[in-house]
Amino acid sequence: MARLSYLDAGRVALAEEMRRDPAVWAVGEDLGRGGVFGQYHGLAEEFGSERISDAPISEACILGAAVGAAMMGTRPVVEMRFSDFALCAVDELVNQAAKARYMFGGQSRVPVVVREPMGMWRSSAAQHSQSLEAWYAHIPGLVVVCPSTPADNKGLLKSAIRCDDPVVYMEHKSLWLLEGEVPDDPDFTVPLGRAREVREGSDVTIVSWSQQVHVAADAAAKLAEGGVSADVLDLRTLWPWDKAAVLASVRKTGRLIVTHEAVSVAGFGAEITATVAEKLHGELRAPVRRLGAPRIPVSYAPTLENEVRVTADRIAAVAHEMVQAGSDPSRAT
Amino acid sequence: MLSGLHHRANSAFEKRAGTGSAVGQGSGSNIDIDRLRRHHRLMWRIRAFEEQALRGLNEKVVLGAIHPSIGQEAVAAGVCANLARNDILLSTHRGHGHTLAKGADPLAMMRELLGREGGTCGGKGGSMHIADFSVGMLGANGVVAANIVIAAGAAHAIKLRRERRVVCCIFGDGAINRGPFLEGLNWAAVFRLPVLFVCEDNGFAATTRTAAMTGGDGPAARARAIGVPATEVDGNDVLTVESTMAGLLGAVRAGEGPRFLCARTYRLAGHTGADPAAYRPQAEVEARWKEDPIARLAAHLRLAGATEAELAADAEAAQAEMRRTYDEAVATPFPAAPQAFADVQDVGDPRAEAF
Repeated sequence: MARLSYLDAGRVALAEEMRRDPAVWAVGEDLGRGGVFGQYHGLAEEFGSERISDAPISEACILGAAVGAAMMGTRPVVEMRFSDFALCAVDELVNQAAKARYMFGGQSRVPVVVREPMGMWRSSAAQHSQSLEAWYAHIPGLVVVCPSTPADNKGLLKSAIRCDDPVVYMEHKSLWLLEGEVPDDPDFTVPLGRAREVREGSDVTIVSWSQQVHVAADAAAKLAEGGVSADVLDLRTLWPWDKAAVLASVRKTGRLIVTHEAVSVAGFGAEITATVAEKLHGELRAPVRRLGAPRIPVSYAPTLENEVRVTADRIAAVAHEMVQAGSDPSRAT
Repeated sequence: MLSGLHHRANSAFEKRAGTGSAVGQGSGSNIDIDRLRRHHRLMWRIRAFEEQALRGLNEKVVLGAIHPSIGQEAVAAGVCANLARNDILLSTHRGHGHTLAKGADPLAMMRELLGREGGTCGGKGGSMHIADFSVGMLGANGVVAANIVIAAGAAHAIKLRRERRVVCCIFGDGAINRGPFLEGLNWAAVFRLPVLFVCEDNGFAATTRTAAMTGGDGPAARARAIGVPATEVDGNDVLTVESTMAGLLGAVRAGEGPRFLCARTYRLAGHTGADPAAYRPQAEVEARWKEDPIARLAAHLRLAGATEAELAADAEAAQAEMRRTYDEAVATPFPAAPQAFADVQDVGDPRAEAF
């Protein structure tokens, strides 16, 4: 174990995978100087400018070239700088990377990892703050990963690089400096599609991912003080998502809150709550709840930006309401 | 990498003394008639394939759109004559000719057009997504210009892996107005990649004249502005296309970076099989039929001593082959429904996860 930041855990993961597999290379704007947040610091020195490659500000070509290079037997890791900028490469990701294997009848795989730093980062405003993970979960062919801890950022990035499917890998910008214990073992990976139990509890299930997991954990700590026991799950990957873990938890608690930083309308919380409602209708002690952002762009001014945040207090208040609604399934409305 | 490969076309080219224009001057002495016949047969096979595809549209067995390249066969034949089997080709929605010329099996292609088992893509792609990786054909593409950045990446991988093969990317003149044209050519230039871009300039972007929607001096001028040396040729003269391609590919294979060929041609059929192309005067189309690349090649062949019977035999053999191909494709079953769930992805397989 080593104590690493979330940012360094990702850097170590990439370095280990590049040492393990000469087909792995990374390309994106400013990578030679360590990347915009320093996620690639020192890697060009170790691996050279061909394998840690700078790129023009050409998001469509960065991603499109990665598709072609992946079809030709390499394993590109592409850096999109901000997930917002990856929207300049949606054709390359959605129409090309995600479809090529299927559309060509299985003749090709497209093992590309698309790193898209996501989420709110104080006063970054509408074009540098978005959480668009649900868009990608909607696209057949893509894997969607949203790590929340340093250990997961190492283990999941390594799994993403080893995966033969195109993976949208969304690191949260406000987590870069978060520190935690990270296994040293270069064979340490975290499987795609397996949720992490953040906290065990029996009264209410709180499902989240990315930075919002930490808000959910804070909410659970507050709830514990008030005598409510929350089972907190970090989904870690949105596609595939760990349906079994969520269903098992809700079977135990009878109550579900899904909270995410993304806009609530058509967010991935809708998928999870709908699935639980379909499968566990008779076992629910309260209606399922989604807690996401209102459908407004993210603002610059802190007072406005805060309006889109779902706080720990809000989550705790909703959980209290649900518990107080009673334990008899027939009283659920 | 190239040494052990089938490379008939290049060696045939090396035997030639002159260029396409020398052939046109009427001296038959230095013409490699076998090579011209190979072009003639291939161009007829492409045309006959598309005639059968159009028949399939009429007979309602080709269910999706097809984009015929009738009139553009010299580009396919002249370009692909210079490519080895393990060289890489990327094509467009109008890609039947390129794909056949790269060596794909016409029966697998026709089955794909009909959405049948044994199609190049198992019936999942249809005409606009034909790919045959076994002959280095990395796919037609339904999105204009999208193949340019993928081609740049394929060439990038070749360079990273220190391989000696090259990439050829064919797109239409409409593609030069999309961003990936700028991004892909610039990428190839700054990384000095082994890729040859071929703009198959048929004058139309879908059903609009490209010139009416394009600023500046056209495809070659744009390529030069990005730093990619560009050459313009008569794309209806297969010999000129072939010889020009050979020179450009020589530079690409020598590691000199990307090159650009603009081959001017004309789409004699509609944008799709269902397009009567009423947006252009009949007289224009009739005049262009006089520039039919197959007829022009036949004229060269006559000068070289080919008989009318030989020329007719090439056409008839191609037509008979493609009629058989069509009949066999029509007799092939559709893929079994569970195939809809195959090859989506490894992680989160939809059969296990999506319901």
